[in-house]
Amino acid sequence: MSRIIRQHAIVENDWTLAVDGTTQPRASGKLIVPLARWRAEGEELVAGAAAIGVLLPNTEDAEAIYPEIADRPLIALQFPVFADGRALTQAVLLRNRLGFTGELRAVGDVVRDLVFWLGRCGFDAIVPRPDQDLEACRSALDEIRVAYQPAADAHEPVWARRRSRATG
Amino acid sequence: MYRYDQIDRELLAQRTEQFRDQTRRFLAGELSEDDFRQLRLRNGLYQQRHAPMLRISVPYGLLESAQLRRMAHVVRQYDKGYGHFTTRQNIQLNWPQLPEVPDLLAELAEVQLHSIQACGNDTRNITADYLAGVADDEIVDPRPYCELLRQFVALHPEFYWLPRKFKFGFTGAKVDRAATRTNDAAVHVLRRDGAIGYRFFVGGGLGRQPLLGQEMNAFVPESDLLLYACAILRTFNRFGRRDNIHKARIKIVLREWGIERFRAAIEAEYAKIGSSAEGEQLRLLPEDIERMRSYFSAPHYRPAPEAAADVDALTARDPRFAAWVRRNVRAHKVPGYRIVFVSLKAPGQAPGDCTAEQFETLAGLCDAYSFGELRSTYDQNLVLADVAERDLYELWVKLDAARLATPNIGLTTDMIACPGLDFCGLANAGTLGVTQDIYRRFDSLDAQYEIGPIRITMSGCMNGCGHHSVGHIGILGVDKHGEEWYQVTLGGSPGNDAAIGERVGRSLARNEIADGIERLIRAYLELRSDDDETFIECYRRIGMAPLKARLYETDDSEAAAA
Repeated sequence: MSRIIRQHAIVENDWTLAVDGTTQPRASGKLIVPLARWRAEGEELVAGAAAIGVLLPNTEDAEAIYPEIADRPLIALQFPVFADGRALTQAVLLRNRLGFTGELRAVGDVVRDLVFWLGRCGFDAIVPRPDQDLEACRSALDEIRVAYQPAADAHEPVWARRRSRATG
Repeated sequence: MYRYDQIDRELLAQRTEQFRDQTRRFLAGELSEDDFRQLRLRNGLYQQRHAPMLRISVPYGLLESAQLRRMAHVVRQYDKGYGHFTTRQNIQLNWPQLPEVPDLLAELAEVQLHSIQACGNDTRNITADYLAGVADDEIVDPRPYCELLRQFVALHPEFYWLPRKFKFGFTGAKVDRAATRTNDAAVHVLRRDGAIGYRFFVGGGLGRQPLLGQEMNAFVPESDLLLYACAILRTFNRFGRRDNIHKARIKIVLREWGIERFRAAIEAEYAKIGSSAEGEQLRLLPEDIERMRSYFSAPHYRPAPEAAADVDALTARDPRFAAWVRRNVRAHKVPGYRIVFVSLKAPGQAPGDCTAEQFETLAGLCDAYSFGELRSTYDQNLVLADVAERDLYELWVKLDAARLATPNIGLTTDMIACPGLDFCGLANAGTLGVTQDIYRRFDSLDAQYEIGPIRITMSGCMNGCGHHSVGHIGILGVDKHGEEWYQVTLGGSPGNDAAIGERVGRSLARNEIADGIERLIRAYLELRSDDDETFIECYRRIGMAPLKARLYETDDSEAAAA
């Protein structure tokens, strides 16, 4: 079983990403399936597996689709190349606007130098590209520890921080 | 001037270390060329012909003396003793060595200069009216809003990996001196019924398909600057094309969708942000704006009677000083003060170049005569914004000695040009030799004064860094079978009357182009209705045909001779 980063820790990957469309769920397994397959086989998949997550293509409108996937324990978002930032907007919308509290997982061309930005946009699970050093990826989450603007993490906007400082 | 606090300093220091580590990993072979490319671009490093080029952001064109002294030091220490000011008010170094760049950036960080998002597919340095705060036509000083937006977009995690670059340009004045509508988003700060707000234009951009920004919203309230910017950037990040780099700017989304659908998408996103917790976080309170405004308050001007001097008497005594006052000095909104333009277009100088000695001289001069600050302009010149009239002559003597007082602001030899083939890896043709050829033809001040205001702009390739598309006369270098050729456009303008120039016809060879430009200008002098009709006014009245005939008149003579 491969290892991934979840909640700042390096852990065993307990999910299987079934991009081929044919991998069958096992009663004890957790399976991530593409949105199209979820739409076609959702009920059967849920019945046959311990848990089903959905892989949302980065070209899809997260807001429009959310009602179909809101109850999933995991949503995986794609980085076809690491400099393609569409999934970052999907993640921010899922966390901030739509209120998704399950696992938000980054998959694809996920390199160490993308990790910091993923963390700020609300991803709590990161599956690095196989050639990446896991420990380096984990520590990259804290590469920059101050932020100017709010995103989908705990940072307060800098203008709000300065307000409280001025009054306190 | 904005002053960094502990938060700003920590952020920039950590960012600098982040890039130091990325550079170390690349040089150690742990990071591929491809992966590193995306990272170095976001730290201002662009691969050029001879070496990486480092672009240093000058937020909204504002510099202070300590920064100028540091620039003098870094161009000596890490480069060949000069820097280059660009149309985006930035400074570029052409010869840094990659292993030394992290140290260079650390030295810049000490004086709150940086290269964050200076290149790459992200939000770039914000440009603004170079007369912000001193222009007599100003409605609202845009700089506090520029800095608020700068902080919002700096290292913004959601908008750090956009489809393509994204540029903001600001003005708060009636006259647009910042070519705002050539930006992906233009922000005009204004007042309506006494309340401050923003008129937003979106979808401008030069390059291969030059377009001017279209109005998106006539009045966004002052509190909502970041909400509206967020709505635009989010729409771009979602829908900007990523399949073709030449179709990836936001202007292409606008063009493909049409303005109604495009505006509806941005307004819908703005409304969603506004009605959510995100909007609550992004909405600025009056105290936030007030705090930022305090950094840009007016300097302590001396009362007029003390500051005043008889400039007229001095100009009568010294014709060279008079020429400089006439072209490079403008009225100031405060009595007894003037705005002084520093020309970076001396004979033989590449437009926008500034040597280490000149950086140092300018640092001293802005300390002595302009409250320690200097601005860089859209036209690749500099401005000392707050000079007392009684200091003008002394200042001129010192500028003149440093070759910074060429009295050509807004005239024929005040050409805008990118570095061209001599430096840039993208360029198809040289620019610097051509500008010098044109320069020599119009070097005489009398000739330039006769011609009057004219904007000649030149780019070495269609990416258009030299803003050829918005020049009254635009020159675009093209490659034809390994030779340098030049296309001419006419009628462009970056200002309130913004227009994209029209291509005249076939391109001219390297040895024809300066002659061609000279013929165009001579034709204008013959065809103008009177001495007051400027080149662009004349073009708009008479159209392209008479000028075109003159540009290509050697064709006829060759044909006649044949």
